[in-house]
Amino acid sequence: MGKTIVEKILSRASGRDVNADDIVVAEVDAAMAHDGTAPLAIEAFREMGGKKVWDPNRIILVIDHIAPSASEGTSSLHVMMREFSREQGIKLYDVGSGICHQLMLEGSHVRPGAVVVGADSHTCTYGAVGAFSTGIGSTEMAAVFISGRLWFRVPRTLKFYIEGRLPDFVTPKDIILYILGKVGADGANYRAIEFGGPVVEQMGVSGRMTLCNMVVEMGAKAGIVEPDEKTSAYFREDFGVEVGAMRSDDDAAYEDVLKFDVSGLEPQIACPSSVDNVKPISEVEGVEVDQIFLGSCTNGRLEDLRQAAEILRGAEVKDGVRVLIVPASRRVYLQALKEGLIEVFLRAGCTVCNPGCGPCPGGHMGVLAPGEVCLSTSNRNFVGRMGSTKAKIYLASPLTAAASAITGRITDPRDFG
Amino acid sequence: MIRVSGRAWKYGDDVSTDLIMPGKYKFKTIDPSELAKHAMEGIDPEFSKKVREGDIVVAGWNFGCGSSREQAPLALKHAGVGAIIAKSFARIFFRNSINVGLPIVESQNVFDETDEGDILEVDLDEGLVRNLSKNKSFAVKPLPGFLLRILQDGGLVEHFKKRGKFEWG
Repeated sequence: MGKTIVEKILSRASGRDVNADDIVVAEVDAAMAHDGTAPLAIEAFREMGGKKVWDPNRIILVIDHIAPSASEGTSSLHVMMREFSREQGIKLYDVGSGICHQLMLEGSHVRPGAVVVGADSHTCTYGAVGAFSTGIGSTEMAAVFISGRLWFRVPRTLKFYIEGRLPDFVTPKDIILYILGKVGADGANYRAIEFGGPVVEQMGVSGRMTLCNMVVEMGAKAGIVEPDEKTSAYFREDFGVEVGAMRSDDDAAYEDVLKFDVSGLEPQIACPSSVDNVKPISEVEGVEVDQIFLGSCTNGRLEDLRQAAEILRGAEVKDGVRVLIVPASRRVYLQALKEGLIEVFLRAGCTVCNPGCGPCPGGHMGVLAPGEVCLSTSNRNFVGRMGSTKAKIYLASPLTAAASAITGRITDPRDFG
Repeated sequence: MIRVSGRAWKYGDDVSTDLIMPGKYKFKTIDPSELAKHAMEGIDPEFSKKVREGDIVVAGWNFGCGSSREQAPLALKHAGVGAIIAKSFARIFFRNSINVGLPIVESQNVFDETDEGDILEVDLDEGLVRNLSKNKSFAVKPLPGFLLRILQDGGLVEHFKKRGKFEWG
């Protein structure tokens, strides 16, 4: 029986021939923690008697969740990270650099076939370039700081084959929301999800990041796309690095293969207050919103901003609606500036904030009041996620966010086509 | 040896870490006793005042879904929660609970046959949960040996301090 790409990666990283359900100890190629998780990891590292990390060049720290800090307490945790980074010689991306997951790829810290752990649940994003990447907690991050190794149960792999012709104004975000609605919030618990099929083959790395980013919302351990010519082109153009293709064997043992046909798919909305409460936009249109957030590790990239700008060019944000736009990184911000997108947003009446996680984790920058409604391009609409437990969050694509900004209600972007 | 007993607090499916430990607190401090004051605040703001040492959280599917924040099991543990029994756990929460030394049990039967306030006893070594109020016992799926040893040592930090190496070498 052949192997899935995840089994191949974990066989390489553990130095033995492994299959799904085996428990393995793997060498970690890169490890990331941010201001929500690094302080606990640093404390655990010290409590364990850690003096020097296993390899400072393989650890990345990012201040992105509450950046800039909004309180003295947060500021002190940021100081703790800066001191640790200086003491250990670890790369730290400070306030304004961007979102950790964006920086892990932009900063060339991830390669196809690598094992990457991050103290953040959306670490699964790097499967977009064919890495096995997964979220872990702070204390086990401290164990990685010390040893460079960690245990994993090799996940069973579900193959999601995406076929059909993606309609205009329907995006990778709509695809993944649609899949979430079908599979459910724990429908892929402990599994790896391998995305494939013609729609994924034609999708760029940015769209693949959106798909892989949200696999954790189905409980999955990792999402992955087999690295192909698109992946090679991404590494060649962005970093001047040549990377090879890598595939699952034809006779790989998938736990299941699910097919999704996206022909005729409508824009999708995840309604309050679970990520799998997904409806086609025609059933949700007209809901009034107070705040719109365009950004996050799901949808804060250049492609997302370009799409939103197409709709917002020359338009005006509806009176009484706050539109917060948060580029995923400084590099995205600069390119958006060069392309004139930032001007489009400002002229329309949007607020463009500094790169980072923005309002998504609910700690600063656009915290919701009781009763308020937010339409967000991020990945979670849980009760209390972005502020009050009495606020409501809808998740959608950047195109839907932009269309809704103009009307002040959840609006089908195809109306602007 | 891990034996815990206390009152059951019952919750439904998909209890997220945003409910267990809201984001607005977790970015400001890593002091467990401060975090504990806000445990379960998204569902029940009074939880930390009502919970007593050894009480047991009993929940449905996918407990601890969402954010990887270890502050969630840490806050529950320091609020006094002695164990969590759920039909299933989100995977990062599962790992985090073991690493902070908070016993967890995966069981569908216990959830189905427990009412809020029942007195439960969890014996992880024996792989047994007893409902003392209803006089029933449930055999539960044992944890893999190396995870049980981490729990027995009181979490990953204590485990490493005691043994000088990680269970997985």
